[in-house]
Amino acid sequence: MLWRMPYRRLAAVLVVLCLGACGAPEQPGPERLTLNRGLASDPESLDPHKARSTQSGEVLRDIGEGLVGYTPTGAIRPAAAAAWQVSEDGLVYTFALRPDARWSNGDPVLAEHFVFALRRLVDPATAAFYAQSIAPIVNATAITAGARPPAELGVRAPDDHTLVIELERITPYLLGLLTHPSTFPVHPGSVAEHGAAFARPGNLLSNGAYLLEAWEPGSVLRLVRNAHYWNDAATAIDAVNYHVLPQEVTELNRYRAGELHITSNVPPDSFEQVRAERPDELRIAPYLAVYYYGFNLTRPPFAGNRALRQALSMAIDREVLVEKVLGRGEAPAYSWVPPGVADYEPVRLSYADLDAAERHALAETLYREAGYGPDNPAEIELRYNTSDTQRRVALAIRDMWRNVLGVETTLINEEFQVLLANMREAEVTEVFRSSWIGDYNDAHTFLSILESGNPSNMPRYASDEYDSLMQRAASRVDPQRRRFFLEEAERVLLADHPVIPIYFYVSKHLVSPAVRGWQDNVLDYHYSQHLSLATN
Amino acid sequence: MARYILLRVLGAIPTLLLVIVLAFLMVHAAPGGPFDAERVLPPDIEANIARAYHLDEPLPVQLWRYLAGLVQGDLGPSYRYRDHTVAELIGSAFPLSLKLGLLAMICAVTLGVAAGTAAALRHNSLGDRLLMGFAMTGISVPVFVVAPLFVLVFAIHLDWLPAGWSGNPGAGRLVLPVLALALPQVAYIARLTRASMLEVLASDFIRTARAQGLGTAAIVRYHALKPAMLPVLSYMGPAIAAILTGSVVVEEIFGIPGLGQFFVRGALNRDYTLVLGIVIFYAALVILLNLVVDVLYGVIDPRIRQR
Amino acid sequence: MNALPRTFAGLRASRTARVCVVLLALIVLAALVGPLVSPHDYQRADFDRILVPPGSGDAHVFGTDDLGRDLFVRTMLGTRITILVAVVASIVSLVIGVAYGALAGLAGGRVDALMMRFVDTLYALPFIFLVILLMVAFERNFLLIFVAIGAINWLDMARIVRGQTLSLKEREFVQAARLIGVSTPRILLRHIAPNLVGVVIVYLTLTIPQAILVESFLSFLGLGIQEPQTSLGALVDAGVNQMEGAAWMLLIPATLLAVILLCFNFLGDAMRDAVDVRGAR
Repeated sequence: MLWRMPYRRLAAVLVVLCLGACGAPEQPGPERLTLNRGLASDPESLDPHKARSTQSGEVLRDIGEGLVGYTPTGAIRPAAAAAWQVSEDGLVYTFALRPDARWSNGDPVLAEHFVFALRRLVDPATAAFYAQSIAPIVNATAITAGARPPAELGVRAPDDHTLVIELERITPYLLGLLTHPSTFPVHPGSVAEHGAAFARPGNLLSNGAYLLEAWEPGSVLRLVRNAHYWNDAATAIDAVNYHVLPQEVTELNRYRAGELHITSNVPPDSFEQVRAERPDELRIAPYLAVYYYGFNLTRPPFAGNRALRQALSMAIDREVLVEKVLGRGEAPAYSWVPPGVADYEPVRLSYADLDAAERHALAETLYREAGYGPDNPAEIELRYNTSDTQRRVALAIRDMWRNVLGVETTLINEEFQVLLANMREAEVTEVFRSSWIGDYNDAHTFLSILESGNPSNMPRYASDEYDSLMQRAASRVDPQRRRFFLEEAERVLLADHPVIPIYFYVSKHLVSPAVRGWQDNVLDYHYSQHLSLATN
Repeated sequence: MARYILLRVLGAIPTLLLVIVLAFLMVHAAPGGPFDAERVLPPDIEANIARAYHLDEPLPVQLWRYLAGLVQGDLGPSYRYRDHTVAELIGSAFPLSLKLGLLAMICAVTLGVAAGTAAALRHNSLGDRLLMGFAMTGISVPVFVVAPLFVLVFAIHLDWLPAGWSGNPGAGRLVLPVLALALPQVAYIARLTRASMLEVLASDFIRTARAQGLGTAAIVRYHALKPAMLPVLSYMGPAIAAILTGSVVVEEIFGIPGLGQFFVRGALNRDYTLVLGIVIFYAALVILLNLVVDVLYGVIDPRIRQR
Repeated sequence: MNALPRTFAGLRASRTARVCVVLLALIVLAALVGPLVSPHDYQRADFDRILVPPGSGDAHVFGTDDLGRDLFVRTMLGTRITILVAVVASIVSLVIGVAYGALAGLAGGRVDALMMRFVDTLYALPFIFLVILLMVAFERNFLLIFVAIGAINWLDMARIVRGQTLSLKEREFVQAARLIGVSTPRILLRHIAPNLVGVVIVYLTLTIPQAILVESFLSFLGLGIQEPQTSLGALVDAGVNQMEGAAWMLLIPATLLAVILLCFNFLGDAMRDAVDVRGAR
């Protein structure tokens, strides 16, 4: 008898809890055009100075606006600034801001808001991740290092709608830098009022086409149109939902179930099927990013062993890899800088045009030169992070090395954070997989990371010749001369083989036929304000 | 009983403290930090960030800072979700995980006990074999196979239910995740129930009851079910824990922002505070659940109540 | 009659159990011999034979995977590793769990409470994190997967055994033995242990599938065995992604996995029934 009581009570409690839990359906809202986009992860923050990932950038470009932005095809366009002038020496930029630009509370967007934001960006107390993004501006790096006060940043506002930026050195890609969300304005009053919480839903003021309505971490970010936006009349879509979907397959399933208009990716395993079923919805475009294997140049077997490095690079059949193993339209990489970069012609590896047999024969000769052979195979460790694409590429390359050269490769699959730590320490790594995504459309973003002393120089490549060529390129105003030195630098780099460029990424999206105005571009930026939805 | 519970709660405090310190040391021992990325930061910026998040302090100082915050009920800000506190994230994630877990648990216990009892009563019959075969299938197929299969069949091809979570109003979005989550537990509970029910049914007091002419239904209801539930009850704590962690897969596949997903992502991103917060919350919860189970044990079987 | 011989006697008596034993033996045999007789190598990728369906006359009986590797050899290799993981992990959990649980249950009182608090503490530790740290600290040593899985599962075993022991301790026959002055070790050996066998065996059959599933969960999280080695869990995980395009990559390893689990489960049932004969004696 005793036992029945608690069970009944327990059951009743469970049922009540359950009923309570099942209720509260979400309001679908009134008739308005809502765009549903997939997002691979939550933004870290919508404070432009605490944000870091490409996903943060994607959302920030919808809710904020910098001095300049991109057109749907990826060209620089005026945004918060209507026009600008550059001084003859290329060191002073003067921006004329739009007098009609407004924050989402109706306040005008003033030049001093930009000054405030850029000072905040480099202020050591802010601890912004992208503080280096405006490094060319006078005193920026000194301020970040704590050597000068933020007020000495080379940015001033002579009047409410004029912003002057002074540079320490010539920076042909400055406008590209100023499209980055880290350079967006911040409303000083809102920061004063809410402190660090100013970027939370309800507090966050927006000067872009949309404003943040709600954010459920791990689930969805809801954006609605900003009626105070200066160009609101041109905005077609009323609301944008960014659905946080880290699993590519989950995202694809939601798209197939009609719950998404745009996916952020297409999973490799389903690619063939998607291509067969929805050829018109698949959008593949070159993307400014290189997938590479790096050598740890600080320890054996790769330190001072250029022959072995080159042999390994030559033994990889990049076409086979991109066509048969990946098959999503990636381009085989025979250079370090991706094709499609503005004002630049990538240099190609010397053996790019050889056929497989010749290339393999040369690779074998080099391999023997380095002192290896069938009786004395090279034993190397290849580290990659846990992911399906990484796994496939590593297995395929391991097989190619084994077949062409007889190399014994041990695969070490590590959690991403572990791989990053190992790459940085450069104590246990031999070959490791990494990638680089261009920050702006210029060869400099790729070439600069392999300068000695650059923190992202994972192979620890150190070449005086390369460094001096990069230095010389940095001091040129004339684009032709600058380009010449950059190309020479890439030539030196490719001959040294500190890295094996493997393939260039493509952006991959599924875009519903209802979406209008979608344009592929190399930066893979797709502002929601440029899109519209067909109603039927 | 009240004194017993009080003692148990007091006894849980050192346990919890131990868990906190262990977890703290473990997260910090893992290679890589919360702000590492392929794009390595210049040293100045890195130093600024370490200072802003107190990562430049010696470990004991960080631990002390953390514990001091914890005493005031502050789990700290998340490193990955920089606009959110850990308490907020747990506050939003836990109700979802609880909802999922409870529904899955109800499904599992109801179906599991019913199936297990039915199978035991028809021991070795075709029905027994079919029921147990079904239960075994539940055990034999991993959740990460079942869940995508459900999505493929019910959400994409049949279009009966939504494929995902965000933006889908209504309770329909719960159905597939709950079923996927409950399935293996149904199977475990059915097997446990069957095994212990068989043992109970073969025992002397049941045979006595049977000899007195009691019907099967009455025997099960008044005599057999209670002792037969002991192993099932014993399994409840682990089952709830298993559902909470097992929901990692389901939450991942359906894109549900529950505790499991935050935990795994937190661990992979080295979001120290988020991981610690969830560990502490989870530890407290497990300790509490075990206490409840032990108390229920005492209620069901007074012979083992603490004297 | 002792419990163990009785268990095996029961096995001989049950037809299902015999079928399961034969099936498992066949699977183990195939897993051991298959890779030796097959013309294919488990790690050899063939980029011209990617995703060949089974039985397309290409000597790939089970077809090939997304890198053109022979799926038969890989499945057999995966089976070896999966069974190895499960058996070793279960033995680890059995030994630790039974000893710990019986001791706690028998000791009772303060010692029991303390021992169970320790189990609670371990339960409360996040499993995946423990595993990540283990994998990292020991460079993904394969032995560690066994230890990790066994180290997790013994907790359940300990709790179940302890619960049973507590309940047995209060039973009339144990009370009676105690009353007539039988020593504690003797009670443990003669009265408690034989009565634990049933529940332990049933639970062991639940532990083996659990161990296999934990292994596959690790594979799902990408923390399982290192390529080009494989396990059934890793194969199933890879197969899930190919569910629609190349169903055989999922169906073959998943079926094998299910059959292995079913066999262990039915076997456990048969042993359980055999042990239960005692009740009717």
